[in-house]
Amino acid sequence: MPMFPFAQDPGASFGELLKRVGLSPFGENIPANEMLVPHATTCVALRCANGVVMAGDRRATSGNLISHREMEKVVQADQFSGVAIAGAAGPAMEMVKLFQLQIEHYEKVEGQSLTLEGKANQLSMFVRSNLPAAMQGFMVVPIFAGYDTLLQHGRLWNYDATGGRYEEHDFVATGSGMLHAGTVLRMTWKRDMTIDEGVNLAARALWEASDADSATGGPDALRGIYPVIASITSEGFTRIADEQLKKTYEAIADGVVQR
Amino acid sequence: MSMPFYVAPEQMMKDRADYARKGIARGRALVALQYNDGIALVAENPSNTLRKISEIYDRIAFAGVGKYNEFDQLRVAGVRAADLKGYQFSRLDVDARGLANQYAQILGQTFTHEMKPLEVEILVAEVGLDATKDQLFHIMYDGTVIDEHRFTVLGGDMESIRGRLVEIFVPDSTLQDAVKFAHQALSVGDTPISSTELEVAVLVRNGARRCFSRLNESTITQFLS
Repeated sequence: MPMFPFAQDPGASFGELLKRVGLSPFGENIPANEMLVPHATTCVALRCANGVVMAGDRRATSGNLISHREMEKVVQADQFSGVAIAGAAGPAMEMVKLFQLQIEHYEKVEGQSLTLEGKANQLSMFVRSNLPAAMQGFMVVPIFAGYDTLLQHGRLWNYDATGGRYEEHDFVATGSGMLHAGTVLRMTWKRDMTIDEGVNLAARALWEASDADSATGGPDALRGIYPVIASITSEGFTRIADEQLKKTYEAIADGVVQR
Repeated sequence: MSMPFYVAPEQMMKDRADYARKGIARGRALVALQYNDGIALVAENPSNTLRKISEIYDRIAFAGVGKYNEFDQLRVAGVRAADLKGYQFSRLDVDARGLANQYAQILGQTFTHEMKPLEVEILVAEVGLDATKDQLFHIMYDGTVIDEHRFTVLGGDMESIRGRLVEIFVPDSTLQDAVKFAHQALSVGDTPISSTELEVAVLVRNGARRCFSRLNESTITQFLS
């Protein structure tokens, strides 16, 4: 069992614990070359009256090829928060896994959860530790969103590759389709939307991004694959069912046919 | 230079065991028992923040009696071992038996090699997919591991509490009844322990990933009324 002398005790940090036992995935020197690894793309998050909505498409690409059609870029971090990731799929998934573990590890060691702001800060440190890899093309740019149980409203954070952490008040988009998805949000978002309106808007934003950006996947009715959309409210994290998204996308498609 | 006095190994071990037992007997006891939907852990604990029972992993709980700082250190080591194993391999590879063995190693080592034995008794409980796979590992201050069934009692006055629990315990009861059994068994004489002095947590067989949860004070009061 890992036990440490007082001065070397990693406390409640899972990342530090991994370093002490020699398992840390960060800071390794990856040889610089033109390695083609899968990249995950567009994610959005927006604030609603009683929480937040997060959404991400399902496509991962390696250059011009689609390498994965069912990637889940929006994942639950804990009961009241979620992470959406864009960037190199391998490091991104590893970062999310570590982040989930860190939150749970802290909660178990300390006997209470980190605050939402504490979690956002922690994720920023993870992104920063990935900087050497980001310089070589394995960039990871997440969005963090959740329901702040202390302030009793939803909050969103955007990050850059250096670990810069920016709290956004209204909405945020990341990944290759961020310009198109962000424009849809910018034009349609309004204050105090309901969660249902938020889900529809997020679905629409991803639709437009997939329409104009080849790396963003649209709804795939043939295979029954729809974007991952989740709401986070005082009730917790809820993933919207594919059945509902199917109807949402049929309505969007009908609207597009008529315009 | 003065020579240390010779002490027979038997005497040394006996002294250490007495010392540990005395330390543990000063603290208050704890009961863990199976009920129809999982495992209930009930401790007499006046503090609402310094916990005796806590979560180690998805299906595994930890409970300790005796010296707080000592079992808390063991608890944190257990969380670390479990999280590392789950990260390195799979979450399903983390089991109570492995943790119990590691705890036994630490307690046994400390008992024979250190100046002072750890004044703790700990429990590693795992809720299985069905009741036959539930596991209760009771680990003593000297590293002895006891694989218990249905229920277990830790801490001071263990024999009399166990005696009372054997009389009233009914297998496959509801959670409320299980908490009542534990409460009755822990209460000495005619004065029942106040519900504010009970710490109750459960490992529920509910299909969710994390099975551990605590019962709040109002639920405990309601259960006992």
